[in-house]
Amino acid sequence: MAPKDTVNSVYTPPAPVSTATRNDALADSPPAPRKKADKTGRKLNRKTLLAINIVSVIAGLAAWTAFSAVGIVGLPGPLEVLIRGGEVLADGTLGEDTGASLARVLSGFLIGSLLAIPVGFIMGWYQVGRAIIEPWVQFFRTIPPLALLPLVMVTMGIGETPKIFVIFLAAFLSCVISTYQGVVSVDKTLINAARVLGAGSYVIFMRVVVPASSPFILVGMRIGLGAGWATVVAAELIAAPNGLGMRMQQAQQFYDMPTILVNVIVIGILGLVMDRLLLMIEAHLTRWQERR
Amino acid sequence: MTNTTNNAMIRFEDLRQEFTLTGNTFTALDGVNLDIADGEFVTVVGPSGCGKSTMLNAAAGLLEPTSGRVMVDDRPVTGPSTRTGVIFQQYALFPWLTVRKNVEFGLELKKVPAKERRTIVDHYLELVGLSHFAEALPKELSGGMKQRCAIARAYAVNPEILLMDEPFGALDALTRVHMQEQLLETWTKERRTVMFVTHDVDESVFLASRVIVMAARPGRIFKEIKIDLPYPRTEKMRLSDEFAKLRSEVWAAVYHQPGVAEAHQ
Repeated sequence: MAPKDTVNSVYTPPAPVSTATRNDALADSPPAPRKKADKTGRKLNRKTLLAINIVSVIAGLAAWTAFSAVGIVGLPGPLEVLIRGGEVLADGTLGEDTGASLARVLSGFLIGSLLAIPVGFIMGWYQVGRAIIEPWVQFFRTIPPLALLPLVMVTMGIGETPKIFVIFLAAFLSCVISTYQGVVSVDKTLINAARVLGAGSYVIFMRVVVPASSPFILVGMRIGLGAGWATVVAAELIAAPNGLGMRMQQAQQFYDMPTILVNVIVIGILGLVMDRLLLMIEAHLTRWQERR
Repeated sequence: MTNTTNNAMIRFEDLRQEFTLTGNTFTALDGVNLDIADGEFVTVVGPSGCGKSTMLNAAAGLLEPTSGRVMVDDRPVTGPSTRTGVIFQQYALFPWLTVRKNVEFGLELKKVPAKERRTIVDHYLELVGLSHFAEALPKELSGGMKQRCAIARAYAVNPEILLMDEPFGALDALTRVHMQEQLLETWTKERRTVMFVTHDVDESVFLASRVIVMAARPGRIFKEIKIDLPYPRTEKMRLSDEFAKLRSEVWAAVYHQPGVAEAHQ
């Protein structure tokens, strides 16, 4: 199977960097900005959409309150969870757990991404490099990083190293594949354009291949951070002295539903915030891209 | 078919180009001999598969000939050089750089000092009418504007030769006519040797002082037609009887080649 197909099944690559636009109007007028419209053709403004978002969240909270009032599976209500949230925040455990989880995910993510970018470039740029690295990447990609945790704990002990290692692996694998994909899909015409302007291999690499593949790298990093976050919480469920996952595991043994829910909500919010931050960075760095 | 002079800027000598695709070798060009004089504007026109773009890529140093060679200013072409500027059909602007930075790209590689770069870029943006769009990104430009930016970028490194590979092929008919006139205006102001590949018969006649008609399978030069119309070329000229006559001559050479006629019988 061609690498392109396998990659596409994992994530949606960004819009290709195209040098051609077919719908050219008059020579002197820049193209009109495309209007965003939904499938019905009606255009909803941002305020309306935000209002719908808020209504949806409130309706969800109301449903939650209703469920807990009826007494389904001993589910605590939003207020109870909020109070518990205040307590764990005040006694410092929430801060400590959040800090511990974030420290793990960020160190694994940073090491993974920083290593993935050069490795992805080597795979994309040198055929020999690709031939050496690709079988390993393709093999480990099919294994959920968590499935390696037992092996890693036996070899590395139960300290921070095995947890950071599995996060590193999760982040590395998603980022390396998209970097590689970015490098091989660089438009050949752009490389030729640089060559005829006097660029050698080094300049082509630094000034054409790197910027042209940056959208792919950033998408890979976003997926890598998501994968790392999912992995850290699960890794903490198995063995950790602190962290959001460990706290839930502990609360489960005491049938402490509010604490479990506080941690679930914090995990969700932090994941969302991190994703949005990277999305903003991505949008800023790739604002030159033509978007459809 | 050989037309050799002593002061050729570009000279194709027995150029032969073979490609291997899925194990089959086919001949894209065979026995191409052509001289293009210094300052001449030559268009190359022909059916698809006649190897006209291959010829241009060989002259640009982007392709190694199977046999024969291309000489530029009496030196064989061995790779891309800043003496030959290339303009591609798909514009090939760097989308992450502004119009100014795109035009500046080749100058930076030539290590031209920043102040001088600025002057040169301003000059060429002015020449192609993009001064107001210097800080725009390529995605903000229309197709015609993108191609003018590409022309400015090629001109900026001051090449002796401009190789243009169907540069207006992706543009609509109105924009294309406009671009042809602008290109000739630019060329009149700063004359370069131009080899312009196109599939548009009108365009080939309007721009060139000589039209090279190619034939396919294998790609070769079929006919050369001199266009004895003075520069600057005007709209009036485009609608004149002489133009119509030359146009039909080129048309006949492109569409009624012996090989093509046989294939249709």
